Amino acid sequence: MPNFFYQLHFYLFGLIAIASALTFVTRKSPVAAALWLVTTMFSLAAIYVMMDAHFLGAIQVLVYAGAIMVVFLFVVMLLNLGHPDELSDLHGKWGRLAAGLVGLALLAQIMTLARTQFPVSFMQTEQAAAENLRDLNAVGVIAKPLFRDNLLAFELTSLLLLVAIVGAVLLGKRRTQA
Amino acid sequence: MMVPEALALSALLFCIGVVGVLTRRNAIIIFMCVELMLNAVNLSFVAFSRLYGATGQVFVVFVMTVAAAEAAVGLAIIISIFRHRQTVDLSNINLLKG
Repeated sequence: MPNFFYQLHFYLFGLIAIASALTFVTRKSPVAAALWLVTTMFSLAAIYVMMDAHFLGAIQVLVYAGAIMVVFLFVVMLLNLGHPDELSDLHGKWGRLAAGLVGLALLAQIMTLARTQFPVSFMQTEQAAAENLRDLNAVGVIAKPLFRDNLLAFELTSLLLLVAIVGAVLLGKRRTQA
Repeated sequence: MMVPEALALSALLFCIGVVGVLTRRNAIIIFMCVELMLNAVNLSFVAFSRLYGATGQVFVVFVMTVAAAEAAVGLAIIISIFRHRQTVDLSNINLLKG
């Protein structure tokens, strides 16, 4: 049973994440939306740390809130879309209603799935997890399965990143008139 | 262990992302909603890694890498669409509409 302060902070960060995600989808201005999304990502990073995934918490802040959102903000700045009030961004009333219904139905489905009994046979005990974390420290816990069991996938990821870099440069390049 | 709570939070964030994709028309914001959905899935990976060991966290690393690559390529596509049509409003981008 986790202690009271743990639970309090878990719910606090969860509430911040949900509230800022809701604000994020309702903002008209892309810059405001991006900054609210950064808030969501920061509180998710806090939750990762609380769930013993310390390295992922750091990576979440560095990669998601740092790198990816900066790329988004750069693109918003580059496109110069004009004043947000002039953009009719949302779909009409019926579109929004239908989207809300679809969202609620999906939420009900996922919640039902989350209530199913988890298989117990592969489950590791809390004590074994804590010992593993203590022996290997926060980075080693990920590094061991990443570089031993998933080495091929890791190498393929580098190829994916290379393709993405080349593709982004090619797509973003201005065509010179021949 | 707080795993069911984390899964519920993840489901809520995912559905907020889905509703965002369905209601918005600005391509950049739709893209950010997809990022939110990826984040929600990452949260449930982390929650399950508490029960079943650290392999779930390895998957989160892969998801983050793919998200970074996807953001780079997708935003480049959005920029090149904007050069052609001077808009990122998806209801104006109807070249494939029958």
